[in-house]
Amino acid sequence: MANATTSPLATYIEHLERGELAFQFSPEANAAIFYPRVICPFTGSDKLEWRISKGTGTVYATTVVYPQKGEPYNVALINVDEGFRMMSRVEDIAPLDVRIGMRVKFRVHPAADDEPPYPVFTPAEGAP
Amino acid sequence: MNGLKRGSAAIVGVAESDIGSVAAGMSPLDLMAQGIHRALRDCGLRKRDVDGVFCATTQARTSAMSLCEYLNLPSAYTDSTIVGGSSFEVHVAHAQAALAAGLCNVAVIAYGSTQRTIGRRQASAREYNPYETPFRPFLPASAYALAASRHMQEFGTTREQLAEVAVAAREWALLNPVAWEKTPLTIEDVLSARPVSHPFTVRDCCLITDGGGAIVMMSVDDARSLGKPPVYVLGYGQAITHASISSMPDLTFTGARESGAAAYKMARMRETDIDVVELYDAFTINTILFLEDLGFCPKGEGGRFVSGGRIGPKGSLPVNTNGGGLSYCHPGMYGLFLLIEAVRQLRGECGGRQVKQAETALVHGNGGVLSAQATVILGTQAALTA
Repeated sequence: MANATTSPLATYIEHLERGELAFQFSPEANAAIFYPRVICPFTGSDKLEWRISKGTGTVYATTVVYPQKGEPYNVALINVDEGFRMMSRVEDIAPLDVRIGMRVKFRVHPAADDEPPYPVFTPAEGAP
Repeated sequence: MNGLKRGSAAIVGVAESDIGSVAAGMSPLDLMAQGIHRALRDCGLRKRDVDGVFCATTQARTSAMSLCEYLNLPSAYTDSTIVGGSSFEVHVAHAQAALAAGLCNVAVIAYGSTQRTIGRRQASAREYNPYETPFRPFLPASAYALAASRHMQEFGTTREQLAEVAVAAREWALLNPVAWEKTPLTIEDVLSARPVSHPFTVRDCCLITDGGGAIVMMSVDDARSLGKPPVYVLGYGQAITHASISSMPDLTFTGARESGAAAYKMARMRETDIDVVELYDAFTINTILFLEDLGFCPKGEGGRFVSGGRIGPKGSLPVNTNGGGLSYCHPGMYGLFLLIEAVRQLRGECGGRQVKQAETALVHGNGGVLSAQATVILGTQAALTA
């Protein structure tokens, strides 16, 4: 069997570079999978489809980190509407004002230096 | 069903190594060896009797190999399973299985860490996780803080209730001559301490100390010939639900539900049969989650349950009687110290903090970020035959 030509992580980052939040879907498990993998953790199958999220979700858990140096910042777990959870940060709001249950919308934090792009979220109150 | 037989093995020797702040240049292996030396002395055995080596540390990638070299035990049966702080509870089950299978006759389980001396970053380098590291969670604290946020949201658990856990641990620590913390602590002290990762202040977080130790295990028939009464392994269960906090199925339920249920079943006991409870309190939310998941109170009631000093020295349920990871000692991975304290309680060796008529103890180890849960139920001869 030939080696895979791309990794789950590389595919995920390629999507972020195009402004897309990608995740995997396991048809056999009928479930969203995140983080991206080579096999489905429910069925063990390697049949996984890539899908693009609409980018909307809800804050599931939240904390504020107080670094020894620098300003406090938010770290949150987001339940994305397509049925998967991911770690991220809610921006454009004071970190302590991020609330569980808050509706949020995805945007890309662009690549900088050696760091690839990553997904962050902003408040989307009133969003469905 | 784990194949282990209730009471087939016993812990016969226990000891801490130097703990707190150890001498400059001490290595994790030095502390393991010191713990083994003292634990063997505790039960009247010698180094030459040891033929099973179980160990884990973040400071030696091949710790069993290093320990076999250090102790000159080329033929020893080895196991350096590492699942974070609960590794040593897992080792108890693995040692029990190895003893039953005849793979060894005298098993030592050892730990050592010099994280205070050399710095936490040096002692335990974080692996890069492309799905978490970019967000700079302060791990492990932020992972447990996320779980606390969820518990507070769903069940109305309060900041003060979290602080009750730290206060109870401190009251126990004041009764333990070797505990790191020596001064009283109030709820107000916890709330006004330096914030670390909301809702936690530094007083919601375990200590960063050096330390190590060892326990010695033998099969039940061999164990009875030694000087001190054996402490029998009556029950065991484990559950590894995730590795990263973003993959934890539900932040308000831990794998302690499954590990505890398996341990109770093997021990033929329930929570009301337990006299002493030793829970891995890396953070204040841990104690609340584990009391719930191990059946000591209903889900969501943990905050109210710990209020009013219920788990302190004057309370009705003795929990973390050495002062815990919060106030006694927490050298990176704490699981071994839970076992040491439980054995000492069941032997009646605990002086001012001794729980009266302690015949059974539940030890619950936690590894990673609420990831690897392992429950060990221990008992005296009376508990074994009850």
